[in-house]
Amino acid sequence: MDQPNIISVQGLCNSFGEQVIHQDLNLEVRRGEILGVVGGSGTGKSVLMRSIIGLQEPVAGKIRVFDEGMIRKEEDEATDVRRRWGVLFQGGALFSTLTVAENVQVPLREFYPDFSKALLDEIAHYKIYLSGLPADAAHKFPSELSGGMRKRAGLARALAIDPELLFLDEPTAGLDPIGAANFDNLTRDLKETLGLTVFLITHDLDTLYAICDRVAVIADKKVIAVGAIEELLAIDHPWINEYFGGPRGRAARRGHDRHNNPQPQLHQPGRS
Amino acid sequence: MANAAEFLQEDLTDGGQILRLSGSFTIALIGDVDGRLRALSANVQKIDLSAVEHMDTVGAWLVHRTAKESGAKIVGAGKDASRLLQAVSGADQTDIPPRPHPPSFERFLAEVGHSVIISFTTLLQFLGFVGQVVKASFILAMNPGRFRWHAVVQHFDMVGVRALGIIGLMSFLIGIVIAQQGAVQLRQFGAEVFTINLIGRLTFRELGILMTAIMVAGRSGSAFAAQIGTMKITEEIDAMRTIGVVPAEALVVPRVIAAVMMMPLLGVYASLMAIIGGGILCWVVLEIPPATFVQRLREVTPMTDFWIGMIKAPVFGAIIAMAGCFQGMQVHGNAEQVGLKTTAAVVQAIFLVIVLDAFFAIFFSEIGWN
Repeated sequence: MDQPNIISVQGLCNSFGEQVIHQDLNLEVRRGEILGVVGGSGTGKSVLMRSIIGLQEPVAGKIRVFDEGMIRKEEDEATDVRRRWGVLFQGGALFSTLTVAENVQVPLREFYPDFSKALLDEIAHYKIYLSGLPADAAHKFPSELSGGMRKRAGLARALAIDPELLFLDEPTAGLDPIGAANFDNLTRDLKETLGLTVFLITHDLDTLYAICDRVAVIADKKVIAVGAIEELLAIDHPWINEYFGGPRGRAARRGHDRHNNPQPQLHQPGRS
Repeated sequence: MANAAEFLQEDLTDGGQILRLSGSFTIALIGDVDGRLRALSANVQKIDLSAVEHMDTVGAWLVHRTAKESGAKIVGAGKDASRLLQAVSGADQTDIPPRPHPPSFERFLAEVGHSVIISFTTLLQFLGFVGQVVKASFILAMNPGRFRWHAVVQHFDMVGVRALGIIGLMSFLIGIVIAQQGAVQLRQFGAEVFTINLIGRLTFRELGILMTAIMVAGRSGSAFAAQIGTMKITEEIDAMRTIGVVPAEALVVPRVIAAVMMMPLLGVYASLMAIIGGGILCWVVLEIPPATFVQRLREVTPMTDFWIGMIKAPVFGAIIAMAGCFQGMQVHGNAEQVGLKTTAAVVQAIFLVIVLDAFFAIFFSEIGWN
């Protein structure tokens, strides 16, 4: 019952017309980890996520989520799996005609129609607050929110049904560094508090260093390496070298090291 | 599988009650526990979580809420449960502002007032928009180099050429309907031959142009509103402004010109198709041969009917294009607005076309073009 892999992708092939996106891609996501997925623009990170959550029918390959096959599933068959995951899309993808609180209640109403109105309101309010939004955001419409707040509202909706698995598509893109760091902390806190497994697509090197347990690198139409960042650094691949060894990669690494190993002399008691 | 959430009430020795919770306090298994906990009126002193198998935030919320409302102490919480309880109690805000909800009469008055204000501001904005378009047209006439021929030709194709099929079919069928109804009614007076008058005068003077205008409003007016509205949402129009491109010149004038030029052509085409439809019906039902039909048509249809149609058509075209572009420019905020404004563009265009058509009908009668 308690299989170690929440997601397993085997031999996935995706193509749009002539253009091949994935060729024999394999990936496993373990229970309780934050897996970061990186890759250059256009390498099919989002397509991989869409394949896993069943929005994109792959040409070939096997995808299992919670040990259930996801390929060629009818809409109604997928419901049991869907109520166990939450998805945050890149732009938030909030329903523009509903308020934030109503947005959060949509998955609740859909999957648990018996819940009373009072309970729905309570759940929506604490989820909104847990996602780092102020209380008065509940009655605002998405068009009245800033980009960062929209992402948080999207996260609140993704978390509405207490999922075990969370998909985040570039959650920190377009946020200011403070907002991005907060979002990272929020993701890690939620993972630790709620025991979530997180599938995280990102370009943000700081996020990778700060919260990811493992990182999967997509290049050459497949996952070329999966592992902790230290392990990836040991691999000699031109894209990985350039990605982690480039100026931004080095800066993120320095920031991470400084954060974890503060200068010792500052904390040493006086010797005299 | 895990057990459903459940709780028992037990009396404590020192007064009050203890709630013993068991099973899975998770969203999927919470069942009716929420309602029963809410209805609980006993003096709860303690909540015992030691028999709870699993808990998620919804379960933790129920425990937290019950504890807060009764002032009970939570005992027997495991490591995970305490962490969840801490998380939800941190997220509990007692002062959630309720959604403003004024009484219905007040809301009704507010809505009436709101729509009056909207109507007047829209009218003013429309006048301003027409002014912008006229100004842009003059500027373009002065600097023909800035004129976007390519865009105009593209819209000729969209408004005119691609509409030929549907407008032709519609007009042909309307011609048949007019002829058939005319024949049936006029036969009662033995005056079937006047069906030709009916077809000739009605199509050129009124229906050919009017039906074309309605079709163009539905096809192209809506497309204009949707295109410009989408560009507004994706900030393309703001991008244009910052580059120094005037949206009225780049987007509106080419569309208005395309509609103004295409409407008369489509109108003539529609009238001809209606006459062909009517002619075929006359031939089949009334046994009037095509040669006689054409000869009779030329006798009874004055040239002024044709000119009336040709004067009205470009005016209608301008109104349709302006209404479409104006509504597109009015889009703010979200995708729903695009749909609303597109609908508004079509309704407004058809309404204005019919009102103007009535004015034209009276005007041309008064100046003696009967």
